[in-house]
Amino acid sequence: MSAFWAVLTRELQLAIRHPADTLAAVMFFVLVCALFPFGIGPAPETLARIAPGALLASALLAALLPLDRLFGAEAEDGSLEQLLLSGLPPAALAAAKALGHWLTTGLPLLLATPMAAAMLNLPVEAWGVAMIALGLATAVLSLFGTAGAALTLGARRGGVLLPLLVLPLSIPAVIFGAAAIEAAAAGLVARPYLLLLGALLAIAAPMAPLAAGAALRAE
Amino acid sequence: MLEGRNLAVWRGERVVFSGLDFRLEDGGALLLTGANGAGKSTLLRLVAGLVPPIEGQLLWAGVDALADRVSHARRLRYLSHADALKPSLTARENLAFYARLWGGDVEAALEQVGLLDLADLPVRVFSSGQKRRLALARLALSPAALWLLDEPTVGLDANSVARLGALLATHRAAGGAVMAATHLPLPLPDARELCL
Repeated sequence: MSAFWAVLTRELQLAIRHPADTLAAVMFFVLVCALFPFGIGPAPETLARIAPGALLASALLAALLPLDRLFGAEAEDGSLEQLLLSGLPPAALAAAKALGHWLTTGLPLLLATPMAAAMLNLPVEAWGVAMIALGLATAVLSLFGTAGAALTLGARRGGVLLPLLVLPLSIPAVIFGAAAIEAAAAGLVARPYLLLLGALLAIAAPMAPLAAGAALRAE
Repeated sequence: MLEGRNLAVWRGERVVFSGLDFRLEDGGALLLTGANGAGKSTLLRLVAGLVPPIEGQLLWAGVDALADRVSHARRLRYLSHADALKPSLTARENLAFYARLWGGDVEAALEQVGLLDLADLPVRVFSSGQKRRLALARLALSPAALWLLDEPTVGLDANSVARLGALLATHRAAGGAVMAATHLPLPLPDARELCL
C-alpha cells in the first residue's frame, strides 16, 4: 500500500512542477465551451438546451489531452521499468496512475465548471449537479483512459489511436452525465442518472486497472 | 542462487539468443560480453522479468523465478541504459521516491556516490555522468539479492568507477549477486564471463 501512495504522491509532485499540463487541459475546456455561443448564437434558450452535452463533451476531450503522456513519458526515461519492478503489482500501478490523472486533470476541470456553465447559460440551480456529473464522468474517463494509454504505449501514432479507443467507451458517461444535468436544469430529480454514472464508475474502477496492468506487463 | 536453463528470447522477428545456460552463485558476479545486438541487455531484461523467454527456465534457489514476478522484482535492482530520473525533481526527491518503495537512507546513498553537495539541485542541470551516479545511488539505498547492471560505468569518471567498485564489493561481501553487461572494464574481481 505504501508503494501505491509513493507512486501517487510522485504524480502530484510532478504535476506541481509542471503546472502547464493541468492548465492546458483547463484552458482547453473553457475555450471549447466558449466556442459554442459563437457557433450557435447567443440565444439563451438554445445555449441552455445544448449546455449539458457541450459541458460533458468538452470536459472529456480536455481530460483526454494529457493521457498519451501518462505512460509515454515514463517509458522514455526508463522510469516505467523501475515502476514495474517496484514490487507493486502492475494493476495497482495503473490504479495509482489513473487516480493521479483524475486529481491533476479531472479535479481542476470541476473547479472551472461554473465558468464554463455560465458561458453556456446553464441555470445556476444545475451547477452543483453539473459538477458532480463531470466529476464522475472524468473519473470514468481517467480509468478507461489509463487502460487505453497502457494499450497504445509503444504503438506508432499512439496519440491518435488513444481517443479512438477511449471515446467510444465513454459514451455511456456522456449520456448519463448530460441526462443528470438536463434533469437538474429542468427542476427534476437528477439522482437516478448520477447513480447510474456511479455504477459505471464502480465497474470501471476494478476492470480498467486490471486491463492496463495486463497491457503494461505485455509491453 | 540464480540459474538459467536453455533460455531463448524472441524479439521483433528474430531469435536474439537460444540454448543459453548460466549459473550465478550468491556473492558471485557474471560479466556479459559480446558484440552490439548480441542480446546482453535483453538477457538482463529477461532476468528482471520484463521480457518473457520463449523457451527455457529461470530458477531462483531452484524455484521458477518468473512464476511470481512481483516478488521476483522485490529481490532485484535493475539499472538500465536509461537513468529513470525526472529532470524537474531534485536529486534528493528523485531518490526519496525509491527510498519510499524499497526503504533505505537517502542521505547515505547520496554520500556514497558523492552527490550530497548537489542534492537540492534539479536533475535537469546535471551532467550525464552525474545522472548516472544518481541512478547508481538507487543501488546503495537498501540491500537486494541481485543487481542487474546494464553498462553501469558509461559516462563515469575514474573516481566514480572506484566508488562503484566499493559499492559492488560491499554488495558481494553481503552475499549479493551481480550480473553486468559491459564493454568497459568493471571493478568486479574474479567475475565469470558469459560471451553472448
